[in-house]
This record gives sequence, C-alpha cells and structure tokens, in this order.
Amino acid sequence: MSDDHVYLSLAGIGDGSGHGSGTEGVDGDARWAFGTGFTDPLHGVATTLSEGVDGRALAACCTALGDDALVSAQRLAQWCTRAPELEEEVALANIGLDLLGQARLLYSRAGQADGSGRGEDAYAYFRDADEFRSVRLAELPGGDFAFCVGRLLVQSAWRLAQFEQLTGCADPVLAAVAAKGVKELAYHRQYAAEWVVRLGDGTEESHRRMQGAWDELAPWLGELYEDGVAESFGVSPRSVAEATRAVLAQVAVAAGLTDSPAAPVPGSGRAGDRTEHLEPLLAELQVVARAHPEGTW
Amino acid sequence: MPSSTSSSPDGADERLQEQFDRTIARDQRVEPRDWMPDGYRKTLIRQIAQHAHSEIIGMQPEGDWITRAPSLRRKAILFAKVQDEAGHGLYLYSAAETLGADREDLVERLISGRQKYSSIFNYPTPTFADVGVIGWFVDGAAICNQVPLCRSSYGPYARAMVRVCKEESFHQRQGYELLMTMMRGTEEQRAMVQDAVDRWWWPSLMMFGPPDDDSPNSARSMAWRIKRHSNDELRQRFVDMTVPQAGKLGVTLPDPELRWNEERGRHDFGTPDFTELMRVIKGDGPCNAERIGRRRAAHEEGAWVREAAAAHAAKQARREEQEKEHAA
Repeated sequence: MSDDHVYLSLAGIGDGSGHGSGTEGVDGDARWAFGTGFTDPLHGVATTLSEGVDGRALAACCTALGDDALVSAQRLAQWCTRAPELEEEVALANIGLDLLGQARLLYSRAGQADGSGRGEDAYAYFRDADEFRSVRLAELPGGDFAFCVGRLLVQSAWRLAQFEQLTGCADPVLAAVAAKGVKELAYHRQYAAEWVVRLGDGTEESHRRMQGAWDELAPWLGELYEDGVAESFGVSPRSVAEATRAVLAQVAVAAGLTDSPAAPVPGSGRAGDRTEHLEPLLAELQVVARAHPEGTW
Repeated sequence: MPSSTSSSPDGADERLQEQFDRTIARDQRVEPRDWMPDGYRKTLIRQIAQHAHSEIIGMQPEGDWITRAPSLRRKAILFAKVQDEAGHGLYLYSAAETLGADREDLVERLISGRQKYSSIFNYPTPTFADVGVIGWFVDGAAICNQVPLCRSSYGPYARAMVRVCKEESFHQRQGYELLMTMMRGTEEQRAMVQDAVDRWWWPSLMMFGPPDDDSPNSARSMAWRIKRHSNDELRQRFVDMTVPQAGKLGVTLPDPELRWNEERGRHDFGTPDFTELMRVIKGDGPCNAERIGRRRAAHEEGAWVREAAAAHAAKQARREEQEKEHAA
C-alpha cells in the first residue's frame, strides 16, 4: 500500500472542492450517519401535500414528534464522554444520532406542511421553550444511567408503537419517516430493555437505582398514554398506550421491578405545559446559533 | 502476558529471533500468535494504548460542543465524529489486547496518569470554530502520522489503522468544510476562524513529537517498522499539505518564518516551542487535569453499572446451569 493516495485525496480539499459534490470522495456516503454528509438528505423527495391532508394538523404532528426527538437527542448528547463504558458511549451516541435524524426530517416536513417554508434549524434554534410541544418526560434532567435507560425504554417503546401506526398514514413523507424510524426505535427499545433487566437483576445497588428510576418515571407516563397529536394520521392513543404498557410490564417482570401507584403530574407538554428543565436545555442548545443570527454554518 | 524471554539451551530463541527479523526485513506482518521480542511487544502495547487513550480523551474538547452546535447538520456531524472516536478507541484497545494487554488495566494506567495521550487534547476549545480547526489541523496531523502506520509491521494495528485513517480523512474534510462555510459568513465568523487557527497551529505541529535528534525511541521503532517516517519528515509533510489549504481558506498561518523554499521544493517554517510540548506532556498543560478528571469521573461513576452487568451475567449463567440440571 502506498501512502500517496491518501495525501492526494487530502490535498483535494485545497482545490476548491472543500464543499459540495467534490468532497463526496472515495468512501461513499452510505457508511456515515444519516444527514452528516455533504449533500441534502431530502434532495428529490416530493414535498407537495396530498389532497385531503390538513397541513396545519400535519405540521403540528411533525413538530411535536420532532420536538420529542430533538429534546431526547440533546439529553443523550449530554451523556457523551460520561458513559459507564465505551460500548455504551457508542450506543448512546448512535441512538442520539438516530433521534436527531428523525427530528430533522420531521421539522423539514413541518415547514412544508404549514406553508411557512421554514427549515429544520428555524424549529430547533429560533423557537422559545413555550413554543415547544415535546412531552415533559423528554426534558427531565439526565439522572443516573438507570434513569437514562429507563426513560429510553419508555420513550422508545411508546414512540415505536406510534411510528408503527404512522407507517400507513395519509402523508407519504411522514409515513416514510416513520418506516425509517421503526427500525431504529426497535433497536433503541431492545438496547434499553436489556439494560433495565441487567440493572434490575444485577447487584443490590443497581436494583435499588433501577427501581428508583422506575418510580421516578411513573408519574410522567399518563401524559404519553393520552397523547392524541397523531390521531388524525391514524394513530390510536389507546392502542399505543396498550402496546407501551405491555412492553413495560414484560420488562419489569424480567428485571424484578415493581410498579408503585403514582398519580400523574397534571398538565401536558403537547399543550405547552413545561417543567423548569426545558428552558436551560434550550438555552444551551441555541446559544451559538442565537449569538450569530446572521451566521452561516 | 505471554513471555518470550525463557531461554532454551538448544538455540530455539535464536531461531525465533531470526525468523522474526526475516519477517520484518521482508516487510511481512507479525501476527498475534507469532513469536516476537519482549521489547517489540512492550513498545507496541505502549504505542497502541497511548493511541487508544488519545482517541478517548480526544472526544472531550469537541464533545463539549455537541449540545451547542449551531445547526442540526453540524450537530449530527459532530456527534457522529465523536462517536467514531469512541469506536477507534475500542478497536485500538482490542488491538492492544491481542498483545496480551488488558483493557481495564490500560484504562487504570490512563486515569492514574501512568500512561500518556496526545498532548494536543490538553488545549481548550473556547469557540465553535475550534471544532473546524481541530478537524482540519488535528485530524490532518493525525492522518500524516497514521497513514504510514497502515503498513506497520504488527498486523492487527496496521489493519485497525486502515479504518481509522479512512474515518479521520472524512472528519478532516468535514472540519475544513465547516471553516469554508464560516469564512463565507459574517466578519465575526471569519475572525473566529482566524483566532482558532492562531491558537491551534503550533500545538498541531507539536503533535509530531520532538525533533529527530531528540527522539530517543524513534530509531528502534523505525528499525522494527512499527514506525515508518521520522517526526521531522512527517511534520514537513503536514506543513506542505496545509499551506495551500490555508491559502484557499483565506486564513494566515501564524509563523513569520513560513515560506516556500524553491531549492528544497518544500516549505521552510519556524520551530515549535518544544519546551511547551514537554510541559504539556508532563501534565502542566491548560486542560490536563480537567481531561483526566472527566475520564476518571466517568469511569468511577460507571463502576456500579459494570458491576451490575457482570453480576447479571453470572446470575444468568447460574440460572441456565440450574435449568440444565433440572432438565437432566
């Protein structure tokens, strides 16, 4: 093997192809995480609304589901360099990247559906906390690894049940996003469930922590089970709730966890109710973009 | 760790040594089960472990910007890059394990300060432009160092480096593309890029290590073909590669002595402050304590998780054993 070809391909950066198609290069794009390449991942996707689809309802649905994904991805990004093991470092980043990719596609669709033409960054960086419609479970602080995997299990089981039903929805773009997401979420759910079982079953300390996280999550589940944001796109809140409950019950048995009765926290993130935790999360997420509103990145 | 020092009366060691020397001389690969001299094994473990540590510590300076990246595309790119670094760390630790090292032990050596990592990661990243400049300079310098390692005499290391280099070159292009984009933006953004270039240029040149006449281990590593080019040769390659890129970008490299030397057909450039390099290597850089502190905290705070995983696996094995007995 000669060294030269690599130097040549690196030198290629300097010949004016530092952006655009010239940098697609030798490796191809397929092996890189979705949306991290040099071209627009949505290029060529038909964006016109089908007849009979209510643009405002579609935008609201995409925004809410996008917000869930973005806020969750941000919480996972906060684990970066802090995971208990390198394998978990890789896995949590992988899941965060999947959710970030889902958020980007959903925001882009929202901007087309509501007629505003806004791009993904307008939704992520230039809305305030009171305009977000994510469920409050997503914005709760990181907690320990037990809370991290417990929340991930709840969210991925619930989101997977929603996405499975969305794959047949009237909007082809949302249906395609859901179809892509189903595969990702099935892996997230599997990963989280395995860890909940390991921690629930492992040591006295890990059991105590996992049960603690389980109890902490319980009051936030009601909000998920009542969510009707995707109802007009064929998602039945009742069947999503049933599917989610079934998964959680199955994992709880395997992990030796008990469900304690917990009164749901009143309010709903979908209606704009927030905890005190979303604002600082967004302040961090938006700080650079808002400091340079005219900047190009 | 397998030992190769046991002497035998029949001259078997000499025959093994001769075989090893022939493998090296013919530019063939040494594989994990092959006999190798102790010094070769130790040198490789140290080098691969330091490389793995550098990947893991190297996640921190940029990782801190994932949550603040100013566009979702940049957020995804950076998240994926930092994830790649964790992956590089993983397979480099695996390569070290093929030589008989133990990952847990290597991590202990890192967080107790007994083993080093690249000094470049002890510099701070105050602005988002640092993300781009790290991609351009630091990944660029890493590639210059690592491309020749794809032909390293030790098979598992050489193969790991092929993949690492491919990913690093993608990261370098992404970093450079970020800077190109920022240079087309506002005056403030251009100033951020130049500022980051000013801060990272000299530390990047130090990544190639001390000058050749002051690099005690180099000669032996070159003889064993663990290493292929001298520090100064690689530094020169990096400068020659980077200068035209800086021109295209529209930034100035902060070296008044930097100029094209027609006669040599290469660039002349100033001498990095190697006393600073030594200071940072010895632990007195701007962020040494912070970097190791974060790594140690993550490791210690994760201990209960690793213990739980081990306990669960042991319980599972026992349960399966009991089921088998029950069935029998």
